[in-house]
Amino acid sequence: MVEFLRYRDDEAHDEPAVTLDSFFGQSNATAVRIESGEDARALLPHLSRIALIEVSFPSFRDGRGYSTARILREAGYEGELRAQGDVLVDQIPLMRRCGFDSFAPDAPIDEETLTAALDRYNFRYQAAADSIVPVWKLRHG
Amino acid sequence: MKLLTGNDLPTGDVVWWTGESWSRHLAEAVDVGDKGDLIAATEVAARRVNVPYVIDAEATPEGPRPAHIKDRIRALGPTVRPDLTLKPADPQAGSWVI
Amino acid sequence: MYKYDEYDASIVAARVEEFRDQVQRRLAGHLTEDQFKPLRLMNGLYLQLHAYMLRVAVPYGTLDSQQMHMLAHIARKYDRGYGHFTTRQNLQYNWIKLEDAPDILAELATVEMHAIQTSGNCIRNISSDQFAGAAADEITDPRPWAELLRQWSTFHPEFSYLPRKFKIAVIASDTDRAAMRLHDIGIQIVRNDAGDLGARIYAGGGMGRTPMIGSLIKEFVPFADFVSYLEACLRVYNRHGRRDNIYKARIKILIHALGADEYARQVEEEFQAVKALGIDPPQAEFDRIAAYFAPPGFEVDAPDTVDRTDPDFAVWLDQNVHAHKAPGYAVVTISLKPIGGIPGDASADQIDVMADLAERCSFDELRVTHAQNIVLPHVRKADLYAVWTALREAGLAEANLDLISDIIACPGLDYCSLANARSIPLAQKISERFADPVRQRDLGELKLKISGCINACGHHHAGHIGILGVDRKGTENYQLLLGGSGAEDVSLADITGPGFSEDGVVDAIERATDVYVRERTPGERFVDTYRRIGMAPFKEAIYG
Repeated sequence: MVEFLRYRDDEAHDEPAVTLDSFFGQSNATAVRIESGEDARALLPHLSRIALIEVSFPSFRDGRGYSTARILREAGYEGELRAQGDVLVDQIPLMRRCGFDSFAPDAPIDEETLTAALDRYNFRYQAAADSIVPVWKLRHG
Repeated sequence: MKLLTGNDLPTGDVVWWTGESWSRHLAEAVDVGDKGDLIAATEVAARRVNVPYVIDAEATPEGPRPAHIKDRIRALGPTVRPDLTLKPADPQAGSWVI
Repeated sequence: MYKYDEYDASIVAARVEEFRDQVQRRLAGHLTEDQFKPLRLMNGLYLQLHAYMLRVAVPYGTLDSQQMHMLAHIARKYDRGYGHFTTRQNLQYNWIKLEDAPDILAELATVEMHAIQTSGNCIRNISSDQFAGAAADEITDPRPWAELLRQWSTFHPEFSYLPRKFKIAVIASDTDRAAMRLHDIGIQIVRNDAGDLGARIYAGGGMGRTPMIGSLIKEFVPFADFVSYLEACLRVYNRHGRRDNIYKARIKILIHALGADEYARQVEEEFQAVKALGIDPPQAEFDRIAAYFAPPGFEVDAPDTVDRTDPDFAVWLDQNVHAHKAPGYAVVTISLKPIGGIPGDASADQIDVMADLAERCSFDELRVTHAQNIVLPHVRKADLYAVWTALREAGLAEANLDLISDIIACPGLDYCSLANARSIPLAQKISERFADPVRQRDLGELKLKISGCINACGHHHAGHIGILGVDRKGTENYQLLLGGSGAEDVSLADITGPGFSEDGVVDAIERATDVYVRERTPGERFVDTYRRIGMAPFKEAIYG
């Protein structure tokens, strides 16, 4: 069982994530936390100075974080993108597809189950924020 | 009276708390009084039942009769397919529901 | 119809194994019911009043005989010998065991079927016109567009935890046979002035607690932008749909609050961002899919006349058989509404009969309609009598398409844990009250729809006559509504007044039809007369 997952090669960022409001007041903050109802696009002008964005999942049913993640990746954000909160094994593969590369779940995750889940699908129908080539592209090159 | 009911996790069968275990037969259900939630919590933790809850019923000579028609249909089976109920051979079963 | 390639097959097979793993973990206690519920719903598995219910997907209502035979096989092997066809063109089994569900999905996968996303807060089965590919009034077959959306929406990583369910319908004619305007997104494929095909997009339709008709938000989206535009529509909903109250979480509530123009503006903004990502499949992918929907090899000189000597056959011919765009062919609708029967139910034996007929007489294709009937889309006129004879032997020849006894009814309190009242016994009583075929044909087109609760799975808001079952202090009670329609003349039904008992509402319906007979002008349907004369004369007759 693991309590934290990270799929990046670089050094983990050790600065705590500040709230969105605090972030705008602090020109030197490099880690920020977005609540599920907050607008990811507010960060777009600042992406180059951010090393870590933590996205809150207050309930695993609240799917707004998936859009938040994709919007940030689509805007070119390359720093660490962390899903925090009610993060469960069965949602992690989808979160990875949306661009999350680290996970801070409230409850520990079984690694074996997670590995099986991440490896289960050889193909995906649609393009997302990961590097998976969607099936329509495999079909037509 | 208060009955504790739920579903058998692997099969989905409707089950009733008998005081000791879970039965598919309403007639074996007991009055749980105000202990329903406590029993439910224990049984869920032990994985002996899925999504249990308490319902109202009246005691009758034929056994407990749930107060609400939904619970009576749940106890017996669909009124429109008597052959698929728990008492397919009983012509009076439908009138017990309604 | 569409056939899987290695990619489609791999994805469905992986899903079976994924669900098998999730069930095993649930049974072992590694997942709580709260954690497991969205996962099993995304595989169409409900915990219902008597048992688990499995909702098998029939993509845009199209299937072949091999798939139908599998549905019959599963009914026999894992259920209790029958299935129920639904208002979203799917099929439901009512007596499923959780421990059997992975094996059922594995068997379905062998014939390219699944139960993916037939429930849950995700994009559901894309529905379409049951006459697609056969109707003379369609500008193109809408189903390639629906298939494209099926693939796009399957396991979409961003849209698997929406505020609520999301239903999309696609048609390609001005005639709306799929209740398109009453979907979260409704799509009509149209041609622009240059003659190109594209999508006209409506959004915010739906029934349930607060019925609404979809608003036009984009006049024309070319194929090249289709997926991006839909992506933008869903993203705005995922981000801004309400999550505080499940009764206010559908997109129709968001669009109503923002206004259609503002929603469209937000979608346009999102679309501009998404379009640059290159997520739209190429025309070659559309063409690849569309090739599966090319017309079958219709005989060139198929006889175009039908022998009407048998009077019972003639009645069925006039009522249940529609013109086909190819000369010598016809579109057959099999009614699953026998008088006094359970609307939409079919036994395993009946399903096998319909499968065989499709294979022999309809180029191996069937459709499920949102009115819970089955269509054989391409029947040679020369075969109609033989088809009818076979249907009659199987109890499938009720000649009541679109008549008052062709009732849409949800399963209701007999099966559904959400219901407040039973709907099936009421449907049976109405059907029996109006059993006389002469009387039914005199009443003409009369779409009667029954929902057992406010979730409106029976589409009662869209009924010429609609009935809503409610719980009135522990007793079943029925509200009567008039004047709704799910067709291109879309409208939401009006409530008549205080509710009735089960027998009372049957009487009330009869009084309403008596008013129609008394007041109608030549050519008017029930709903036309209602629209012309208004509620007052009906209300007076009903309540005295």
